[in-house]
Amino acid sequence: MSNHHIRVTVNGDVQEADVDARLLLVHFIREDLNLTGTHIGCDTSHCGACTVLVNGTAIKSCTYFAVQADGAEVSTVEGLAQNGDLHPIQEGFREMHGLQCGFCTPGMMIASIALLEQNPNPTEDEIRWGISGNLCRCTGYINIVKAVQYAAEKMQE
Amino acid sequence: MPEIQGLGHSRKRVEDARFIRGRGNYVDDLKVPGMIYLDLVRSPLARAKIKSINSEKALEVPGVLAVLTGETLKEYDVHNMPTLMNEHQMVLPLDTVEYQFQEVAGVLATSRYAAADGVAAVEVDYEPLEPVVDPFKALEPDAPLIWPDRPKWADVPEEERSNHIWHWEKGDKEATDKAFEEAEVTVKENLYIPRLSAAAIETCGCVAKWDAVEGQLTLWMTTQAPHAIRTVFALVTAHLGLSEEKIRVISPDLGGGFGGKVYVYPGYVIAVAASIVTGSPVKWIEDRTENLGTNAFGRDYHITAELAGKKDGTLTALRIKTTADHGYVDAAANPLKWPAGLFNICTGSYDFKNAFVEVDGVYTNKPPGGIVYRCSFRVTEAVHTIERLADLMAHEVQMDPAEFRKKNFIKPEQFPYQSVLGWEYDSGNYAGALDLAMDMIGYDELRKEQAEKRERGEFMGIGISSFTEIVGAGPSHSFDIIGLKMFDSCELRVHPTGKVIARFGTKSQGQGHETTFAQIIAEELGIPADHIKIEEGDTDTAPYGLGTYASRSTPVAGAAGAMAARKVRDKAKKIAAHLLEVSEEDLEWEQGKFFVKGSPDQAKTIQEIAFAAYTDYPQGMEAGLEAVSYYDPPNLTYPFGSYICVVDIDRGTGEVKVRRFVAVDDCGIRINPMIVEGQIHGGLTMGFAPALLEEISYDENGNMYGSSFQDYLLPTSVETPKWETGTTVTPSPHHPQGLKGVGESATVGAPVAIVNAVVDALWHIGVRHVDIPMTPPKVWALLKEHGAALEQ
Ligand code: FES
Ligand code: FES
Repeated sequence: MSNHHIRVTVNGDVQEADVDARLLLVHFIREDLNLTGTHIGCDTSHCGACTVLVNGTAIKSCTYFAVQADGAEVSTVEGLAQNGDLHPIQEGFREMHGLQCGFCTPGMMIASIALLEQNPNPTEDEIRWGISGNLCRCTGYINIVKAVQYAAEKMQE
Repeated sequence: MPEIQGLGHSRKRVEDARFIRGRGNYVDDLKVPGMIYLDLVRSPLARAKIKSINSEKALEVPGVLAVLTGETLKEYDVHNMPTLMNEHQMVLPLDTVEYQFQEVAGVLATSRYAAADGVAAVEVDYEPLEPVVDPFKALEPDAPLIWPDRPKWADVPEEERSNHIWHWEKGDKEATDKAFEEAEVTVKENLYIPRLSAAAIETCGCVAKWDAVEGQLTLWMTTQAPHAIRTVFALVTAHLGLSEEKIRVISPDLGGGFGGKVYVYPGYVIAVAASIVTGSPVKWIEDRTENLGTNAFGRDYHITAELAGKKDGTLTALRIKTTADHGYVDAAANPLKWPAGLFNICTGSYDFKNAFVEVDGVYTNKPPGGIVYRCSFRVTEAVHTIERLADLMAHEVQMDPAEFRKKNFIKPEQFPYQSVLGWEYDSGNYAGALDLAMDMIGYDELRKEQAEKRERGEFMGIGISSFTEIVGAGPSHSFDIIGLKMFDSCELRVHPTGKVIARFGTKSQGQGHETTFAQIIAEELGIPADHIKIEEGDTDTAPYGLGTYASRSTPVAGAAGAMAARKVRDKAKKIAAHLLEVSEEDLEWEQGKFFVKGSPDQAKTIQEIAFAAYTDYPQGMEAGLEAVSYYDPPNLTYPFGSYICVVDIDRGTGEVKVRRFVAVDDCGIRINPMIVEGQIHGGLTMGFAPALLEEISYDENGNMYGSSFQDYLLPTSVETPKWETGTTVTPSPHHPQGLKGVGESATVGAPVAIVNAVVDALWHIGVRHVDIPMTPPKVWALLKEHGAALEQ
């Protein structure tokens, strides 16, 4: 198996490592960097629990090799709060009761941020489509939609 | 001082602080020094003889440390394990495999990648055997015996062995048969409620750490019932020298449970054995296919149900015969005396004089289980049956299904109501909930719209489900799990500054116990919920309890919390009397303080009293302010509700679109309306899912359909309906705070409302029943069969 030196900026910190070619980005993040907020919920790219931003684009990090992220900027849930202040999407999830077990939540928030980046003022249907690559088993999505609406309003202030 | 935030307050959740920051503590997040990884070899065949297992090549894979087989475990006598139904199931097989994806061997390696490589390199030589997939075929006299080596056959003559597990019945058969003979009208239907998987987004897993020097086993595992699990481990490993006080089960944050994390799966036991054998901590985490393919299932009931009644719509009798497919062993997680769960709640919300129900459990070559998917012990199957049949009967006697239900409901003045199948319903106002649902949805208008649309050839249906739940297991006289009575517990301690820690025997999986249990105590003590810390899930620190499933946390552990708080208040009163130099009888309680009757200025707050409990308590009294309650509920609780659903059916594709869904729930007093609402949203979505999308099925060779999210379809945000919720409040008369529990109601009540709506839409073309899931191909085939499909 080939080994590769990679340099990835994760939540603003430069990380260098030698990794196997087949190492998945999600395992690199969780196990090499100990950033365990990004989760794994399937093996077929369906659940979105592993969603992170690579150069601002939401990707499923279980379907992405660590070597593909060489030279990229990666953002995970751990980087959302700045100087102790919650990101509006985090506030939205808390205020609107957008989470129960919390397992889908990091991926859901990252997917929502990517959506709001492209479409700062989405309709309810646009939000539902925007997060449709992320599964939640607990909430029935209504309050997740409200959480995204909350964040959209807050981010436009 | 923060607000008290007792009952009825939509307090924001305490646990969110860590979850929204990615700081949850799920089992796969755990890293223990020296930890190695377990991965499992699984059978590709549903039934086969294992001729040989060759580990040579696997052991050559870099990083692979060892391969464990049934033979390895047999040396320690842990190759089989007991199920909660007093049977045995295989941990690793010696001779045969009995379902597809069954565990065959365990590979230990230094990384999860190496373990997976090792799994791929283990060579197993199988001799295929003909599987028995259909439960009815399994009962035929010449059917092959499934797992002939099962321990329970050891002393049973060969001719007495069969795939029939048990027969269970309830009710008066003779009287019921007679009522059917005399009936003016009868209806009958066959229903199949398919297998489901709980499919929490977090799969199952554990880290097992054996310390040989201390003789200590620490097991972090995805479990909804850590205490019972510890006892089971202690009982089955005593011969290996493990001892209950040195087994610590820790259930960390759980990424959903829904019943799927009640069971002990072979992987956990293999991980423990592997840690003992290797001396290293062992992590085992399922992948999604393992989770869907082998975790305990829900439902899989083949039901024949009949109703008898009068022409005026009065119901007179109910008769149900069911075949329950249990997979290759009975490993259901039922209370022991209830092999078919609480299925005898099948008389539902109606006042029956006669009923008879029987269930036969059967072995097939499928994974075991039975009680998952937010079902309150087979209550979903019961509700599905009675609500489906009620609709059929309403149509038969040409009554509006809402009117028909109201005519037959148990009336508010009949509570407590003794059902003919043995339950005492605590409280209810069924017509109240249905009236509210009809108002909210605009029922009469919808019926008009439906008639107009029918004229135009558009198919629209309205479906009702007026369900009665039965939760809060349960009273010790009839509820136990392997002998452990189904109480639950709270240990409550007030610190000198008036702050509280309370620990419970339950385990939240997303229900928000850290938030709501604090509100229960806040209500009783007048201490702000923000000053009350809740802990559960660690058997070394939490009091013994039976865990969280079957919507039992609020009715049982919640009651224990209230009772413990009341004990604390009793002691606080004594201290207050001492501080105020009056007698106890002169004191009155107002949330948060005791005051002297008629002289409200003479008062001591609970915080002042707490301080005195450590600094200035009466002579002869023990210091401290704490209490324990082990609560044995006097009865179950009976939440209920009425759901109304409107569907539109696409005659070109067979797609069922849920246009509106109104859910009125009555779960007694609501601790935290925001959280209750959230539970209902999630529960409704898990009712919608099996109605239209999810199903686990098998081909004739026992190959599973639905072993990944590619074909086991969890609803996304796009398909999920926009739920509309309503509330009525009928307190439970026996729960100390009038609470009933709500986690499962919506999943129990929702699917049949959608089925009733679809049948209502298609009744005029001759459709009388549709089994779930009502997928587009299935509905389109029905339309075509009745000449109503649009083929352009
Ligand atoms: S883990 Fe499910 S999509 Fe990545
Ligand atoms: S909150 Fe549990 S999966 Fe979404």
